[in-house]
Amino acid sequence: MTATENSTNYKWVGTRPIRHDGFDKVVGKARFGADLDLPGQLHGAFVRSPHAHARIVSIDTSAAEAMPGVKAVVTGADFPALDPTHPNFDTAVNCMARGEVYYHGHAVAAVAATTNAEAKAAAAAVKVEYEALPAVLSIADSMAEGAPLANPNNYTKFAPPGDPSNLATITNLARGDVDQAMADADVVVEMSFDCAHVHQGYIEPHACVVDYGDGKANVWCSSQGHFRVRSMTADVLGVDNSKVKVVPAEIGGGFGGKTTVYLEPIAAKLSEKSGKPVKLLMTREEVLRGSGPAPSAELRIKIGATNDGELTAIDGWMAYGVGAFSDMAGLIGAMSVASYKFPNLRMETYTALTNTPKSAAYRAPSAPHAAWAIESVVDEIATELGMDPIDLRLKNAAVEGDLTAMGMPHPRVGLVECLEALKASDHYQSEPAEGTSRGMAVGFWFNIGEESSATVNLNEDGTANVITGSPDIGGSRASMALMAAETLGIDVYSITPIVADTESVGFTDVTEGSRATFATGKAVVEACEDLIEQLKARAATIMGVDVGEVAWVDGAAVSPGHGGGEGGDPLTLAQITAQAKRTGGPLAATASLNAAGAGPSFAVHCADLKVDEETGEVEIVRYTAVQDAGTAIHPSYVEGQMQGGSVQGIGWALNEEYIYSADGAMENASFLDYRIPVASDLPLIETIIVEVPNPAHPYGVRGVGETGIVPPMATIGNAVKAATGVRMTSLPMSPPKVLKKLNER
Amino acid sequence: MQYVAPTTVGEACSLLADNPGSRVFAGATDLVPQMRTGRLEPSVMVDLKRIERLMSVSHADGRWTVGAATPASDLTHNVEFTTMHPGISEGAGLIGSDQIQNRSSLGGNLCNGSPAADSVPAMIASGARAVIAGAGGERTVLVADVVTGPGQTSLSADEFIVEFEIDDPPANTGDAYLRMIPRTEMDIAVVGAAVRLTMDGDTVSAASVVLGAVAPTAVRVPDAEAALIGSSLDDDTLAAVATAASAACNPIDDKRGTIEYRTQVAGVLAKRAAVIAAERAKNGA
Repeated sequence: MTATENSTNYKWVGTRPIRHDGFDKVVGKARFGADLDLPGQLHGAFVRSPHAHARIVSIDTSAAEAMPGVKAVVTGADFPALDPTHPNFDTAVNCMARGEVYYHGHAVAAVAATTNAEAKAAAAAVKVEYEALPAVLSIADSMAEGAPLANPNNYTKFAPPGDPSNLATITNLARGDVDQAMADADVVVEMSFDCAHVHQGYIEPHACVVDYGDGKANVWCSSQGHFRVRSMTADVLGVDNSKVKVVPAEIGGGFGGKTTVYLEPIAAKLSEKSGKPVKLLMTREEVLRGSGPAPSAELRIKIGATNDGELTAIDGWMAYGVGAFSDMAGLIGAMSVASYKFPNLRMETYTALTNTPKSAAYRAPSAPHAAWAIESVVDEIATELGMDPIDLRLKNAAVEGDLTAMGMPHPRVGLVECLEALKASDHYQSEPAEGTSRGMAVGFWFNIGEESSATVNLNEDGTANVITGSPDIGGSRASMALMAAETLGIDVYSITPIVADTESVGFTDVTEGSRATFATGKAVVEACEDLIEQLKARAATIMGVDVGEVAWVDGAAVSPGHGGGEGGDPLTLAQITAQAKRTGGPLAATASLNAAGAGPSFAVHCADLKVDEETGEVEIVRYTAVQDAGTAIHPSYVEGQMQGGSVQGIGWALNEEYIYSADGAMENASFLDYRIPVASDLPLIETIIVEVPNPAHPYGVRGVGETGIVPPMATIGNAVKAATGVRMTSLPMSPPKVLKKLNER
Repeated sequence: MQYVAPTTVGEACSLLADNPGSRVFAGATDLVPQMRTGRLEPSVMVDLKRIERLMSVSHADGRWTVGAATPASDLTHNVEFTTMHPGISEGAGLIGSDQIQNRSSLGGNLCNGSPAADSVPAMIASGARAVIAGAGGERTVLVADVVTGPGQTSLSADEFIVEFEIDDPPANTGDAYLRMIPRTEMDIAVVGAAVRLTMDGDTVSAASVVLGAVAPTAVRVPDAEAALIGSSLDDDTLAAVATAASAACNPIDDKRGTIEYRTQVAGVLAKRAAVIAAERAKNGA
């Protein structure tokens, strides 16, 4: 359901064609990261650290190298030592340890052998001698006075030169007079919260095949951006970007977790040493132990309000635990505070290193943690003031010109429209069902633009190939085709959207920040607009008129004698392409851009749920997600993003967590015990798309991929409070934690 | 590693006796994950599913005979069995997922030795017996006496379970199995509770209470049974059942649940299972 309508009526944008890549995916023909096999290919296996933090005393690979089928063994010594200031220094060390291991599961060596079993056996035969070092396993330990260093190469960013530190960023933001505003406030609520590490839980484990030959690494892999795989792999190998080619496979989920590399440089080095192609895959256990979870967090939030519901001040302290390498989670967490006007604001954030796996992005990184805390406190204020939680938020909702915590003025945003859409929804207008209670919360994500390229080639028969460098993660082929169809004025099925390799399309940044439909889409539209100018010129030649007399209407050239005032028929795109050879040759256009003006997306979620007060189980009975998409190019995939974000957020809220042993090993490294929700845990996630067009995109697109994961934790926490009177402050709100709180009631 | 699929009980016994380190399996739904994680490397994998006796379900002379390798879904889809032994059927129907239940068996669920095995508490509560074959012939023991600790059974290396014998319940008897998992399916019991009651009008005349996942093996709770017998399941009785069930717990803290949580919820599930069992007993289930 769509709550608001664009003022513009489009022919293709906003329709729901079957996706162009759908058939191959349904019948199993689509090729994902692990689906490619090359002749003579070897299989790789890793040796991983059994310590959370240790010095590598020695690595003896001789026994492994002598084993049957073994063709190559690599360790950190096989890779160039990058300068610690190199932007991919941490990526390189995370791919393969040098001197020290920083977390349980950190790769120490890798083996390539004729069979998988031989590779595993040889990996087990690599002898590594460790000297255990003190490990830092929690945010509190990391930030404690005199704490041991989790990683001696970490220095606090944006700070004067100093000693190595466990803190990667320290951010202090302030406006107004928070202390005075708190003193003047009628109501002040302060609470502390924490969140465990959670994983993106993509179904497809990391996988690649690399064939190294003639000084060049040819890489096939699934990722969120093959140009980033290229640059990271090249940097870790110490070669130029032109010495790495990356061919994108289909991707079985990424959610931010596939914006970096773990395997490709290692497979490349194994391939270089063995002279054979090497396939390297992670098991699910390796994905959980060795790839990036979202940060953990500790948060304290204090909000002051007047009796009539003005939120006058926020005072926040947020620390993110990002694993063993530098990160900017704390800074980004501060950037995510942007939903309310807050005339007085103080926000102190930290990024703290721990000896756990290196964090990776996960849908709106850092924002879910902050929103969990802030939206819980806002809910408490609504209760204290006796105000409807939507009305309280409407009174304080950020609109165009209001400042985020970073001090950036919002462009045109749709928070008010989302709140009003929820308020008017069937869900919110209906009383919660017998025995259920309701909660709601808001989420924000700023979205980004970055660099994209698109090439559009018109074929002789009037069809078009739309070539981009953005992997199709959430239906982007269909979205690109829709925008091209709308712009050119031709049928969406006459367009073939293609995701091309790093040598067949212009540079395109990784898909992150919900940017593909916005930025790559904008490049597609610009290339199509270029083509329209070319088509008009060709039409002018054919018609024998001045190009200034030709207009492009509904996929055809119109001039006074051709469909204009003097009758005749317009010249269709297919008629023009059929005559391309006679009028100047092939019709093709490329657009490359660094997109500015990514429109922020707000979401508002509402849940009705039951709490079993004897077992602490939470059952979600009804759930509605409202989100501003700007313009929904393909509404089904917008709804899919909203539902997917909701479901991942619900998992994060209720059961997902890394459970560590006392010495820092993840104890639940499987989908049996790392409990993502199963289908039967959830009701249908109802969706309401709000469309407040983004003025910086030709069709008004805002990124929609990330915001949906921001509101669920507080939505559920607020509903649990309504159901039981108990305020949950620790994620996940798993049955043991809920029951413990109920017992204490 | 070798795979063999004997067609007779005797052949299977010989294979086990002749091959140290061999393992029998039915659906292999526990065995394969254990092999994949490297916890187990059998020398010979002995597939029992070609032996007819292990794959059949029959009802005669007041007793069900259930082949030990029979897929759980054969039981959960058997209306006559499920009507007579709803608790056992409920337990079998909670193992893994539909796909898993098309493979997993009562014999495997029991002999895997997990304290959290879902089909075991109700089998114990029903007094089920296991017919065990070995090089020395066949013997019959109570299901309650098979598992001796986590992953440990009283079977010797050359023995396996052929079938289970489950007597028809007395008149006015009902049973139920409940488990707690944090999700709705695809998980392993944090706590399980089976209760079987025989009713004389509104009064309990016989009771059996068995808990899973709260001790090294499934445990019977005599104090809860004593509280139930002679009662009409009033609130005080149910509170006593819960207290007795919690007191019988000797659980561990692990990734799946805490001692504190398991202990408290065991009482809750025992009480709730008793109420369902009594309803079923009165309704002639």
